[in-house]
Amino acid sequence: MAPIRVLMAKPGLDGHDRGAKVVSRALRDAGMEVIYTGLRQSPEQIVQAAIQEDVDIIGLSCLSGAHNSLFPKVVELLKARGAGEIAVFGGGVIPEADIPGLRAAGIEAVFTPGTSLEEIVTFIRERVSGQ
Amino acid sequence: MQDKQERLALWQKGLDKAKARFPERKDKFETSSGIPLQTVYTALDRPEADDFALPGEFPYTRGVQRNMYRGRLWTMRQYAGFASAQESNERYKYLLSQGQTGLSVAFDLPTQIGLDSDHPLSEGEVGKVGVAIDSLADMEILFSDIPLDKVSTSMTINAPAIVLLAMYLAVAEKQGVDWAKLKGTIQNDILKEYVARGTYIFPPEPSLKIITDIFAFCAEKVPNWNTISISGYHIREAGATAVQEVAFTLANAICYVETAVAAGLQVDDFAPRLSFFFNAHSNLFEEVAKFRAARKLWAEIMSKRFGAKAPKSLLLRFHTQTAGSTLTAQQPDNNVVRVALQALSAVLGGTQSLHTNSRDEAMALPSEDSVRIALRTQQIIAHETGAADVVDPLGGSYYIESLTAQIEDRVKEMLAKIDEQGGAVAAINSGFIQRQIQDSAYKFQLDVETKEQIIVGVNQFTVDDETQPELLRVDPAVGIEQQQRLAGLKSQRKPEAVEQALAAIRQGAEKGDNLFPPVLDAVRAYASLGEICGVLREVYGEYQAKDLV
Repeated sequence: MAPIRVLMAKPGLDGHDRGAKVVSRALRDAGMEVIYTGLRQSPEQIVQAAIQEDVDIIGLSCLSGAHNSLFPKVVELLKARGAGEIAVFGGGVIPEADIPGLRAAGIEAVFTPGTSLEEIVTFIRERVSGQ
Repeated sequence: MQDKQERLALWQKGLDKAKARFPERKDKFETSSGIPLQTVYTALDRPEADDFALPGEFPYTRGVQRNMYRGRLWTMRQYAGFASAQESNERYKYLLSQGQTGLSVAFDLPTQIGLDSDHPLSEGEVGKVGVAIDSLADMEILFSDIPLDKVSTSMTINAPAIVLLAMYLAVAEKQGVDWAKLKGTIQNDILKEYVARGTYIFPPEPSLKIITDIFAFCAEKVPNWNTISISGYHIREAGATAVQEVAFTLANAICYVETAVAAGLQVDDFAPRLSFFFNAHSNLFEEVAKFRAARKLWAEIMSKRFGAKAPKSLLLRFHTQTAGSTLTAQQPDNNVVRVALQALSAVLGGTQSLHTNSRDEAMALPSEDSVRIALRTQQIIAHETGAADVVDPLGGSYYIESLTAQIEDRVKEMLAKIDEQGGAVAAINSGFIQRQIQDSAYKFQLDVETKEQIIVGVNQFTVDDETQPELLRVDPAVGIEQQQRLAGLKSQRKPEAVEQALAAIRQGAEKGDNLFPPVLDAVRAYASLGEICGVLREVYGEYQAKDLV
């Protein structure tokens, strides 16, 4: 079976990439292929990269509080580009109260500080291989 | 000596027996930097160097002043700013009324990256992690009713630091305050942005040139301003160990000094205004030792490597912030305790100013209640614990002195490695420093996963139902209001004056002149931050990170 392909992305202007990089490495150690976008990506750039790299799933990381505007936009653009089958999850400094709204907008899981790497790996495996 | 060693050997035998009966909790004990720890430290572990070191004397291991907090306490300086200039101004006045002694301005990300609030990339970010400043008009509101000769102001601004400092100077002019009376700091530390914090704009070379322009301008015109705050804080937050934090910070500092000296500045003209910014993490004794080692290392670097003569050039004066990355979203009230202990390490380590984090910052910007507890934590340390009553109270502790020496040795080793590679910029360009930080961050997370590292409330001592505290929400309308303000400003100012001023900046940048005077003129003409940085982007280009994971 082909390895799961993941795009880890930093939407917006936030420069805190410790989480995105640690998760990227953990996913790679778990046998996945990981592409990291680097900082300051617009939702358009993220969706473009996801389609181009033919990924199964996108991980969005944001610690600046801009998640409510940026995360849903990625899902919308994926659909608009006919790539709605690519799943999206997110993480960062995200208040509990924002999570239901993000879930409703198509962010399938939101991982907040303190989440174990194992939990993220398990989620991706189940989500992608369960299709 | 012989006698002491014999006694220790004998004692060790007894210890082995005790261990056989009561095995130790862990296979090995070590600090966050991997320094192995003995069961106990004795006079035999004291580094030979100086048994009678005193504070305020070279190499300043024990402190930069003779009487430290017995004279004046550290500056209690809470980093704050959000939404509009108006709202942030109100928070500052509140903090000052609560006994805070200095201001620390947090700017939003568009401001930190030199973009106006109406730029497409600013969407969703305006006013989120700090205050949105598009022009001098916003800065005037930010400091309204705050006399700039009465406060000291720290501004966390790096790539566009020259513009924000110019705005501050212009506000001072309008308040009728002499620049010589201004006290404060701009972060202005671009090198750590490339490896840890991410708010870079231009490539390293022109960035270093602008930093040198600021050193030169301020040495002459704003003599009491700290022109840079060379920051290990964010390097540590990104995952570095205590040793790496000090090593990478000092490597960057060496690069700034080398660049300024190469540009023809005299080291003693600007070195007294260099300041530092460190993290206060959770390993209490390692942190205290780290601060002591950093002071000693810097004094030696400045005197030996750069031949600095002025005593003030040798002093490593630093701000400290408690470690944001140690705050947990789980059982957030526990963070009050973490912050208190981290803050204590900074005080025991001789910090000049301190920010204590708020308990809710793993979830959002802090609420007013949380900020008050954070400030009270400092006040309790200052006035109730007695920790501020004696200079360097842990000096002479066998353990602390030994740790200080070991951190110093390890930092020197790392600095030698960076020198071999050609200095900080080369080590950043090759990705060496980024890789070191990432390796430490990953190792830490793996230790948490295996419970080698316990985080209370996260991987042990958890509760099933977490209560959700009341969090600060930034009104999403801030972005739109800020865009309207900017549009209003642009329709009111004199377009020719703005265009002329921007052309002068372009010309100065192309010719390599000191950019401070033309930037100041542009700011006075109400050119926007995005316009000024836009011109510089055209001349200098933008930094393209090579992101490796």
